[in-house]
Amino acid sequence: MTTDRTTDRTTDRLAVRKTYKLYVGGAFPRSESGRSYPVSSSKDELLAHAAQASRKDLRDAVTAARKAFPGWAAATAYNRGQVLYRVAEMLEGRREQFAAEVSAAEGGSAKSALTLVDEAIDRWVYYAGWADKYAQVAGGTNPVAGPYFNFSLPEPTGVVGIVAPQDSSLLGLVSVLAPALTTGNTVVVLAAETRPLPAVSLTEVLATSDLPGGVLNLLTGRVAELAPWLASHRDVNAIDLTGIDAPDRAPLQIAAADNVKRVFVPRSTNWSDDPGITRLDAFVETKTVWHPIGV
Amino acid sequence: MAIFDYAPAPESRDIARLRPSYQIFVDGAFRDGSGEAVKTINPADEAPLAEVAEAGPSDVDDAIKAARRAADPWAALPGKDRGKYLFRIARAIQERGRELAVLESLDNGKPIRESRDVDIPTAAAHFFYYAGWADKLGYAGFGPSPRPIGVAGQIIPWNFPLLMAAWKIAPALACGNTVVLKPAETTPLTALVLAEIIAEADLPRGVVNVLAGGPAIGQALVEHDGVDKIAFTGSTDVGKTIQRTLAGTSKRLSLELGGKAANIVFDDAPLDQAVEGIVNGIFFNQGQVCCAGSRLLVQESIADELIDALKRRLSTLRVGDPLDKNTDVGAINSAAQLARIRELSDSGEAEGATRWSPPCELPDRGYWFAPTVFTGVSQANRIAREEIFGPVLSVLTFRTPDEAIEKANNTPYGLSAGVWTEKGSRILSMANRLRAGVVWANTFNRFDPASPFGGYKESGFGREGGRHGLEAYLDH
Repeated sequence: MTTDRTTDRTTDRLAVRKTYKLYVGGAFPRSESGRSYPVSSSKDELLAHAAQASRKDLRDAVTAARKAFPGWAAATAYNRGQVLYRVAEMLEGRREQFAAEVSAAEGGSAKSALTLVDEAIDRWVYYAGWADKYAQVAGGTNPVAGPYFNFSLPEPTGVVGIVAPQDSSLLGLVSVLAPALTTGNTVVVLAAETRPLPAVSLTEVLATSDLPGGVLNLLTGRVAELAPWLASHRDVNAIDLTGIDAPDRAPLQIAAADNVKRVFVPRSTNWSDDPGITRLDAFVETKTVWHPIGV
Repeated sequence: MAIFDYAPAPESRDIARLRPSYQIFVDGAFRDGSGEAVKTINPADEAPLAEVAEAGPSDVDDAIKAARRAADPWAALPGKDRGKYLFRIARAIQERGRELAVLESLDNGKPIRESRDVDIPTAAAHFFYYAGWADKLGYAGFGPSPRPIGVAGQIIPWNFPLLMAAWKIAPALACGNTVVLKPAETTPLTALVLAEIIAEADLPRGVVNVLAGGPAIGQALVEHDGVDKIAFTGSTDVGKTIQRTLAGTSKRLSLELGGKAANIVFDDAPLDQAVEGIVNGIFFNQGQVCCAGSRLLVQESIADELIDALKRRLSTLRVGDPLDKNTDVGAINSAAQLARIRELSDSGEAEGATRWSPPCELPDRGYWFAPTVFTGVSQANRIAREEIFGPVLSVLTFRTPDEAIEKANNTPYGLSAGVWTEKGSRILSMANRLRAGVVWANTFNRFDPASPFGGYKESGFGREGGRHGLEAYLDH
């Protein structure tokens, strides 16, 4: 189905196939474990062998995310908005490629896959526009009873671990990534286990969109193997369990308590709904600053 | 170095209207709990104050069922009426402010000056603030018609007994939830008088239930299937246990946990004001404050001068009878807490820091600990890493703003921080880079119902106070 595994029909040219790698610290390594796993289409055709990340890869990804956090958090909201909008621009030029990958991963018609890609692009634009508005909506001054100037503002929580939705390989992924990045967090995301290829291609877009290396790190592999390490990692501040089925969440939530992680469990996973600001609210901390007023 | 002699100016303990025994409050009625009858004692002299018939597991069940029955009608009440009930409570706390202040100082050991000027008025103000929100929730930014969560189980600490009860109950009720509140085992009295105020305010039965009891009652509350939300203020260890207990359930959780705040003083700070702020930061409420400024980070060039000034100031602190209006530092709340403070302070000496306390006579009976300053503290020392929750200040130095930030943020906690400098741009830069929920610049330990309070990292999640404080009690 996808052009990278077949010969081009018009020229009989032999296609150059892509190696689907991890994305860590702005680079595209294979798993340090040397492992890979086969990824098939919805029609059970082999699409590629994706990297099967290990615990060590996960720890490297967290290290990269932590290193990138101060810079991304301190970037102006305007700058973050510009960078995220740039992602949408880069995606727009690759609609056909993503539609083909989404269609291969999820099945469905080419047209419906293209609709999902368009919604994903529009979602980047939606969140990009929030970057320099959210603090005004979520923060403000507080009228305290005394001679003090007092204000509250939202700040990013830190390094956020995200288990991406297992079904929606691009729109769902973008819907969970973009809001965490918009508010200034850095992210380690576990891609949908059986549908990871659109996610890997998305990282190729991010790598050419002025998003600083390490701000987003993507691991492909076995969710059941990696998620417990993500949930228990002491340098991860929050975890989004969207891609974990409800019965499997409890052990991860227990592990998350070791460093009082913020745990996000979604209420709605209808990715075509208006996303609102629930996911922007999920990974921010409210900081309140006091200063006396005097002459 | 006493400049003035003070004559004692004790507040009369009769004002507290202390009764021989107190009962728990379940489903609109006072009754003896099915647990043990426990004597609550005055930490200033170890004398029993009153007997409290503590709750047992069956009381937890009764209280939660009562709160459940009350939940729908309370939520269905027009917001303005919920607000009026809360205004009644606010006013009644003000009316009985002096009584509550004396009772609080007796039960907790804190100076009457603090219970009278901070705890009680701020508790009343908190009810007054959230009363006004009850009919305005659609404007709070959580959707046009946000709904309550249901039954909230609320567990509070002993350091600000009535104030913490107000922080928990007021926003929960304003948002249309009903509550089961468990005050701390060593300080149940003002919460039980608050229950009396609530009964006199004619709140519908079951809307507020107050269960005196120990950790087992708290655990029963957390584990009970009938609660929809847990709000906890206390230690980080217990907070983690609660978070684990709620794993896999749909119960909501907000946590306000421990802290190890850095109070950072730059070389251009107004020293006299900074000294007052440092003293307030660590000796307010005997340092038994989760946001206490327990790590003083002072710029190296002024360290000697500042520490000398601090020691002079500490020599004028009056430690003693909590009911004396001259008292600056009262009693430690319990024998267990005193033992913890002693153990950690001893570790400070053992690990090589230099210990200093002003000369002061401590009463023979009761739980007392002299204000203490450690200098020569290293970041690796336990007294620089662990929450002492007592009147013990650890002094570290720094040279550059970057080093100050590095040291201030070098902790799993993130509740509060202080910055002292005359340079405005430096204040804002430091405020940006400190990973803490509250930053006090050229002040410390200020609290207001309109001001959101809560932590980063292992200091917990969720906010109390202000518009933000509504979120923890709304299903949105």
